[in-house]
Amino acid sequence: MRGPAFLERLEAALPGAIVATHLEAIDPSVEVAAEQLVDVCRWLKESSDSRFDSLESVTAVDWFEPDPKKAAKVTWSPHTELIYHLWSTVSRVSLVLKVKLPRWKGDVPGQLPEVASVAGIWRTADWHEREAYDLSGIHFTGHPDLRRILCPEDWEGHPLRKDYEMPLEYHGIRAK
Amino acid sequence: MAQLVDDDPRIIEFDVRTDEMLINMGPQHPSTHGVLRLVLRTDGEIVSQVEPHIGYLHRCAEKIGENLSARQWIPYTDRMDYLAAMNMNLGWSLAVEKLMRHEVSERARHLRVLIVELGRISSHLVGMGAYGLDLGTFSPFLYAFREREKILDLFEEACGARLTYSYITVGGATADLPPGWLAKCETFLDQFEPVIQEYHALLTTNAIFIKRTAGVGVLSPEMAIDYGCSGPVLRGSGVDQDLRRDGESMYTAMYDGYAFEVAVQKNGHYPRDHSYPAVPPDAVLGDCWHRFFVRMLEVVQSMDLVRQAIDRYSACKEPLGEPLKLMEKLPVGDVYLETECPKGQMGFYLVGDGSPIPWRVRARSSSFSNLSVLHELCRGCLIADVPAIVGSLDVVMGEIDR
Repeated sequence: MRGPAFLERLEAALPGAIVATHLEAIDPSVEVAAEQLVDVCRWLKESSDSRFDSLESVTAVDWFEPDPKKAAKVTWSPHTELIYHLWSTVSRVSLVLKVKLPRWKGDVPGQLPEVASVAGIWRTADWHEREAYDLSGIHFTGHPDLRRILCPEDWEGHPLRKDYEMPLEYHGIRAK
Repeated sequence: MAQLVDDDPRIIEFDVRTDEMLINMGPQHPSTHGVLRLVLRTDGEIVSQVEPHIGYLHRCAEKIGENLSARQWIPYTDRMDYLAAMNMNLGWSLAVEKLMRHEVSERARHLRVLIVELGRISSHLVGMGAYGLDLGTFSPFLYAFREREKILDLFEEACGARLTYSYITVGGATADLPPGWLAKCETFLDQFEPVIQEYHALLTTNAIFIKRTAGVGVLSPEMAIDYGCSGPVLRGSGVDQDLRRDGESMYTAMYDGYAFEVAVQKNGHYPRDHSYPAVPPDAVLGDCWHRFFVRMLEVVQSMDLVRQAIDRYSACKEPLGEPLKLMEKLPVGDVYLETECPKGQMGFYLVGDGSPIPWRVRARSSSFSNLSVLHELCRGCLIADVPAIVGSLDVVMGEIDR
């Protein structure tokens, strides 16, 4: 399934969707264009031979090094990465989708990066995207109910961002 | 049949709608299994909408994981599903081992099967006992805790802790089993086996229990998959999936050579169902009764696996092997691994950047996804059925809120 044949079919169905592939990794992954994420997901669920009917997890990774000394040494440029772990209950295979986003929309600090929601394809995404919004600050457009899920509704900031700073106090409770 | 019109006097009999009322249930409520808050939109006794509010136990364990080495994070996995901490230790250890391409010794493999299957029994015992409490019967809780206590004694002897073990660790386990432990474990199994019939008498075949659970909260297999449900919740809906058999080779290799049948109903029958109580006629596949029953079957299945593991472990003479160093460097790369925990499929995602401290850790909790289906199950049910449905999902808040 993870072989090139599968990728060729995806490329034929949705030209330009695949940005990069990492087939030599422990968990081989496919990087897709953010604009075509929903189309790719719908194709994977409905048209591919494997029928990825289950979304296991949505994870956001913040690639940013706040320490300037260490930042000078890293090989990547700052970005946010979304990782979708798919699973097929029919053919029992898994697939890893990755999407690269800028850390801030239009590189304006404070403007959350946007990507289309896949909650209309897998209901699992509903809560998982809320969690990614809450903790990593990704704005999922088209999400039915994008609110914080684990942190309180009036919490400020997104804790899993590397430049997050813990508030000094929260409603009179010393936090730091 | 004559058409009913608005001024027909009989229509009053049927239209019992009253004013809508919002009822807050939890976070301090005995039957919400921890600090779960549900906001119920009710009309009389009928619930039209349920909205779970979670996060009361949120500690952002994932952020903590970005500041500790992979092995140092193991105690935090204990505190996720604190009723099956051994299984959580294993899930994280395997994920780290997958990234490091490390293989544990044969002895450690059998030790792990032995320990996590005991953990599964103890978790299901709590699930069963607490479910009885939710439905208003106290005795099963005492029976379940009586047996669970013996498992905790065994765990205490093996690692010194009774709830948060940190026993299974990256590269094996922190220590080998003490001498005489296996004999005690076998004594426990011999004594526990006949007791299961008591549980069936107390709950599974109890007429009141069947009335409260059969046909309540029916979850279709399609919906279960769509919401990412897993574990007994998924198998209770008749989906034949168990990661111990269907998961990644890294994980299924642990169960290589072990014989077990996945506890799921196929063609209207559960495996080996001659020795279990019959499915009551009112029960519908996917309802609370089936979810409960799958757990009961898994207790027997786990006992079987523990016996097999004892044989293999004692036949294995090679040493257990040392766990990896506390500050072992992680290779660059990312891995994701799911294991079959008692509550469902628990996934750990890990990004290594060459230092001992992971760049990112992520825990995909099974209870989190299992709970997200609650609002579908509770639509149109009675208020009294809400605890029955929540209890049948067997969620643990420590794992949901992380």
